Amino acid sequence: MDGASVDGGFIELERVEKVFDVRRRTGFLKSERRRVRAVDSISFTVARGEMVGYIGPNGAGKSTTIKMLTGILTPSGGRLRVAGIDPSRERTRLARRIGVVFGQRTTLWWDLPLIDSYRLMHRMYRIPDLRYRQNLDRCVELLELRGLLDVPVRQLSLGQRMRGDIAAALLHDPEVLYLDEPTIGLDVISKAKVRDFLRELNAERGTTVLLTTHDLQDIEQLCSRVMVIDHGRLMYDGPLAGLHEVGDSERTLVVDLERELPPIEVPPARVVRVEGSRQWLAFPASESAAPLVARVAAEYPLVDLSVREPDIEAVIAKMYAGQAGQAERAVS
Amino acid sequence: MGTGRLYAAVAAGGFRRYATYRTATAAGVFTNTVFGVILAYTYLALWHERPHLGGYDQAQALTYVWIGQALLVVVSVMGGGFEDELMERIRTGDIAIDLYRPADLQLWWLAGDLGRALFQLLARGVIPMAAGALLFPLALPTRPGTWLAFLVAVVLGTVVSFAIRFLIALTAFWLMDGAGVAQVSWITATFCSGMLLPLNVFPGVLGEIVRALPWASLIQAPADILLGAADPLTVYARQLLWAAALLTAGRLLQSAATRRVVVVGG
Amino acid sequence: MAEATADEAVAGPEPSYGRVREGLRAYRLIIAMWIRSTMAYRASFVMSTLANLVATALDFVAILLMFSQVDVLGGYRLPEVAFLYGLSATAFGLADLTIGSMDRLGRRVRDGTLDTLLVRPAPVLAQVAADRFALRRLGRVTQGACVLGYALAVLPIAWTPLKAAMIPLMLLSGGLIFCAVFVAGAAFQFVAQDASEVQNSFTYGGQTLLQYPPSVFAKDLVRGVTFVLPLAFVNWLPAVYVLGRPYPLGLPAWVAFTPPLVAAGCCALAGLAWRTGLRSYRSTGS
Repeated sequence: MDGASVDGGFIELERVEKVFDVRRRTGFLKSERRRVRAVDSISFTVARGEMVGYIGPNGAGKSTTIKMLTGILTPSGGRLRVAGIDPSRERTRLARRIGVVFGQRTTLWWDLPLIDSYRLMHRMYRIPDLRYRQNLDRCVELLELRGLLDVPVRQLSLGQRMRGDIAAALLHDPEVLYLDEPTIGLDVISKAKVRDFLRELNAERGTTVLLTTHDLQDIEQLCSRVMVIDHGRLMYDGPLAGLHEVGDSERTLVVDLERELPPIEVPPARVVRVEGSRQWLAFPASESAAPLVARVAAEYPLVDLSVREPDIEAVIAKMYAGQAGQAERAVS
Repeated sequence: MGTGRLYAAVAAGGFRRYATYRTATAAGVFTNTVFGVILAYTYLALWHERPHLGGYDQAQALTYVWIGQALLVVVSVMGGGFEDELMERIRTGDIAIDLYRPADLQLWWLAGDLGRALFQLLARGVIPMAAGALLFPLALPTRPGTWLAFLVAVVLGTVVSFAIRFLIALTAFWLMDGAGVAQVSWITATFCSGMLLPLNVFPGVLGEIVRALPWASLIQAPADILLGAADPLTVYARQLLWAAALLTAGRLLQSAATRRVVVVGG
Repeated sequence: MAEATADEAVAGPEPSYGRVREGLRAYRLIIAMWIRSTMAYRASFVMSTLANLVATALDFVAILLMFSQVDVLGGYRLPEVAFLYGLSATAFGLADLTIGSMDRLGRRVRDGTLDTLLVRPAPVLAQVAADRFALRRLGRVTQGACVLGYALAVLPIAWTPLKAAMIPLMLLSGGLIFCAVFVAGAAFQFVAQDASEVQNSFTYGGQTLLQYPPSVFAKDLVRGVTFVLPLAFVNWLPAVYVLGRPYPLGLPAWVAFTPPLVAAGCCALAGLAWRTGLRSYRSTGS
């Protein structure tokens, strides 16, 4: 599942762990200590130029993984390499080769005009002048930052600021870009702009992109590969389509009949909802809908019908439930 | 909800809000104590040279230091109360929402500030004072009545301080950047409240002026009552006068500001 | 790092710079940015610097008020106290100017913005120290220097080259000692994020303490700031030598010349504390 390639991935994690001691206040002065495995023996490899979605519920360990990959946090165990560099040991050396965008906090200087942050990045990252100008021009054009460069960051809208942040992360031509919730809180148009830009960046420059997100459309539109993490463990690693199979998910057939009828019987589909003459039938996503439709049409007075694809969010939720069920069974 | 109950709830909110910062409170208590110790020694040296300076004996002078440390945050001599938030709301225009609330703007913020002051008095007042009493021979009264009279003066002092800061905050309606005004305000308060040195130690005319200004209500007034150096009723009368005058000024400024908001359409 | 070579070839050789040099460079770049931005609003800068000057002068006003009532304090006359004050305020002002923003570290840990500094190719200490560099803090330095100037003008000191050399030496090592306190205080905030006020006790509190003669304070307190938190080396010990005053605690005369050593020691310890704090942050991510 982790598919560690022989030639070595660009990002490599081998049984990486992160354990926190969490203190919880239980009284006025008393507190309780608890060990939390934020990341529990995760292994995966990302090849150069891949665009990977890293998803999971809140507190699953996504941000902790990103923080270890960028060298902010030191892993408690396991082996981790990015471009052959151990991030926690050579944080500043790695910093020149990666770009990071934290969706919820800006890396820009809040009180100063956007351009000031870029000028500082130019010097701090020792970006050659020509390169800097080319990259800035490109970002300004594609991310539509013209007219915003002289505006103090705090006056930018969330979407503008996010685009500003993405530009800041890319001025030094990073080989890998980490995006932590890049579209959180953005309106539809801003989301589309950001996604278009990332797609183009990946296609033209071959920049490796790893993004965490709550927005499954980000994944659908950008990533050929998705990793699902929960409770610090990697639950799934593969193409987006495969999630449906793993998640044991169901599609829904919505049929409109001529009149109100008792729930119709067309196994393996089962009726999950009836509303007047309309009925909803759930059937495994892995099965073809055609024979089912044929049978309904043959046996019942059909007026209209449609097939609804499963909602990924529901798929993931179901997958978690399934895993938890398995774990319980294993214990009992 | 009755009006009284509403403002009590706002005050309770102010109290709870500050009560959540435990570490910050502990750190503040520590800082007040350290400054108290440093100032106590300088006062000792001063009263060693001039034993009855300002009508205080040495123990009274030392007590004055710790009263100052205990009240510094309670009466917000150096700011840090509601005014930053109010200014921010004015700056961002959120104030318009407050103005349409069925509560009085001034009373609303006053209630919250009194809640804050009560918390600060319990947390940052009591402990440094106790530390001071342990480390130095203080002249603390034994009659509960004196303590009660002191507390009344503290409440009035807080109201005067609130009234001043309310005025300061409202300037944000007219000035782009209120930070400068706020800074001038706390510098003046530090100098004129008796935080720097008891106001009765200030020489000549300067002393007379600072003792007549509203800031004397903040530290000097409660201290004089606790030290038995002034008649409570006279002190209260002066505090009440200032509180009434400044709160009224605040109301006038508020209605001018409201008209402005309505005109601007904010 | 054998496995790194393949990627190195792609990325080109990685320049290797010393950490200290890299830190100073980043510091310089960041403060230059802040100074440029400050200078864009010159009038506002002048106003805020003046306000800073007046605000910090309040301490000295208190001293003047005291001397309006007495002639000596702890056996020191006004010019002598002004000498101590000027040294303490200027040394502290220099530290406050250069790395005074360090006390915001706790806030940065709390709101998570420290992480954004950790992904940049520069030492975090330099980035935190230079953050929001406020040129208006020159107000305090100016005010301290003015008081010091007044003291030097009126004090009847029999100047020798050594005594004269002591003045810049005190300001420099004093500033470094205060810098060390700032850094150590920030390191403490890795553990207690809301405790920036504790740091104030030692920075602002320390400079207030040093504005008065050592003879004013209890022996134990003087011992504490000599042997535990060596603030006495900022001005007290070297200044009593210049003033020809008795040494506190019966210390030998040569201690007056040790501030540079003490400053170096303090900086080393503060650096250690910082590293420990940062390491703990990176393992707990609190």
